[in-house]
Amino acid sequence: MTTTTEPLETPSPDAPADVVRVVVPPHSLASELRAIRIVWRRDLIRFASDRIRIVTSLIQPLLFLFVMGSGLQQLSRAGTHGVSLKTFIYPGILCVAVMFTAMFSAASIVWDREFGFMREMLVAPVRRSSIVIGKCLGGATVASSQGIIMIALAGLVHVPYNVPMILGILGLQLLLAFAITAFGVMCAARIKQMQAFFGIMQIVVMPMFFISGALFPANGLPGWLTVLNRIDPLTYAVDPMRRLVFGHLHLSAAAHRALDSGVSWWGWRVPGLLEAGMVAALGLLMLAIAVWEFSSGE
Amino acid sequence: MVGHEMARDAPSPDPAIAVHGLEKRFGPVEAVRGVDFEVAAGEVFGFLGPNGAGKTTTINMLCTLLKPTAGSATVAGYDVVLERDDVRRHIGLVFQDPTLDSYLTAAQNLRLHAELYGVPGKLVAPRMRQVLTMVGLWDRKDVTVGTFSGGMRRRLEIARGLMHSPRVLFLDEPTIGLDPQTRRSIWTYIRELKEREEITIFMTTHYMDEAEWCDRIAIMDQGEIVALDSPQRLKEGVGTDRVTIHTDDNEAALEALRECFGIEARIAEGAVLFGVPAGEAFVPRLFAELGVPIRAVSVSRPSLDDVFMSYTGTTIRDAEEDISKHRNRVMMQMMGGRR
Repeated sequence: MTTTTEPLETPSPDAPADVVRVVVPPHSLASELRAIRIVWRRDLIRFASDRIRIVTSLIQPLLFLFVMGSGLQQLSRAGTHGVSLKTFIYPGILCVAVMFTAMFSAASIVWDREFGFMREMLVAPVRRSSIVIGKCLGGATVASSQGIIMIALAGLVHVPYNVPMILGILGLQLLLAFAITAFGVMCAARIKQMQAFFGIMQIVVMPMFFISGALFPANGLPGWLTVLNRIDPLTYAVDPMRRLVFGHLHLSAAAHRALDSGVSWWGWRVPGLLEAGMVAALGLLMLAIAVWEFSSGE
Repeated sequence: MVGHEMARDAPSPDPAIAVHGLEKRFGPVEAVRGVDFEVAAGEVFGFLGPNGAGKTTTINMLCTLLKPTAGSATVAGYDVVLERDDVRRHIGLVFQDPTLDSYLTAAQNLRLHAELYGVPGKLVAPRMRQVLTMVGLWDRKDVTVGTFSGGMRRRLEIARGLMHSPRVLFLDEPTIGLDPQTRRSIWTYIRELKEREEITIFMTTHYMDEAEWCDRIAIMDQGEIVALDSPQRLKEGVGTDRVTIHTDDNEAALEALRECFGIEARIAEGAVLFGVPAGEAFVPRLFAELGVPIRAVSVSRPSLDDVFMSYTGTTIRDAEEDISKHRNRVMMQMMGGRR
């Protein structure tokens, strides 16, 4: 800020002579939907104009997929029954890519509060729930668009481009991104500083990711890790994703057993739809909490 | 002044803002201690006082951002507690702190506002053109706000506050932190706005010189309104001119003024300041009787600073220091707890 002075600008002479008077219509469902749409669109506009963010948020999943996947391959060739480790962790990475982007979208709420923009939204004559819902949908959309880039890489890890599979992946990504954004917004309602928010990410999101089985099969784990894995909500997003992708691979029965035996509760294999349903239910619950928090505050 | 008579008479039957016994406490702190006033439609009404006098708290209650502890208020005819959404639809807000999205362009910021406030779709573009033209930012509408200077941002915030044609525009310290030239240009926009639109403007400031732009001002000190009238009348009410003298020994001059004339003067910025009726006529007596050599003297009509001084017995700057001391004490009592 070296210069704050600026030339005095006079209104241009071609300014419209008549005053355009706006009459704001009374509160209605349509006005709430409009508010949801603009909060959603704002996230998209910001994401699209922030190319650095698009690139940086891709780096982490790419590192996991190609560097770790290729590196550990040396150790695990015998145990993967001829399946590339990259192929194995690909479904997990599809989840991770979405997860971190969604968390960043939610973080912008903390950012908005620090930089004052939150106030502009909170004083508008719309319900707080519309703002929270718009925000969650925005985060989910942005994160899923990031997920699409990861889907495009399927060929590099020997996964076929199968239309029903891709649609299924998109659906799961959208669901996961929505749930994670809702979780992030729920946290952001209470958190006033960006550092604290990143702290939460470190102590909640990273362990959730590592425990979820994104990088290893969820069966045959040590007892303590099995318990943690079954509690981790992210497990129930990773498992159906892996099931979906592996369902479209031609693998030996032994490879399926070893790599895609799925999540089971006391010997009962949890159906994929139930898992997806759990993620959806949890997302809605957290959305409800977030709405409640924002409506009761200030 | 034509507006003057209107301003001092009882406000019109349909006031833009009507406040009765409005109070707000934060724990042990009485931020606003029961204020009453009315603002007529079309007025530019200023709230003047040091930082911490309760101006922002009052404005926040009128904008439905804070619930009053006691009392009531209506804005644009709607009750600020019972008809919160109606109040919000009819007011525009420009906050002390910036509330723009600096990643979006000026036009995107305004569009977002229009959508949140439900401005009918076909009116968004013409209205945006109008408000941006008024604040001189039309040619920058597609520029990212992050690159704007402080003054441009404030102008954009004013334009945004006007997007939905509010009946009352609230400006909380609209010129704080801006250089004098930009401050002046903002005031030009505000006055021009009043000419063009049927709008009531309610603003706060702690720059005394800015209050001159208002039709009427309320002086607030320690949570209470201590004076309310047009700037002209408030100044007339002081009844004294301001005399400033430069001497080699200010302390001695202070003492001599007290002994010879019974005047309580004060020292500010290396000069001795005091108020007397008919200042010019007093100067010859001063030179003859003071007994302390005077290097320079100036006489001026009372400023709003003097008005503030005469109502509160302190300068606005001293009042701010007192308040921050008081605040610290209260904070200590609250065991360093909540903000």
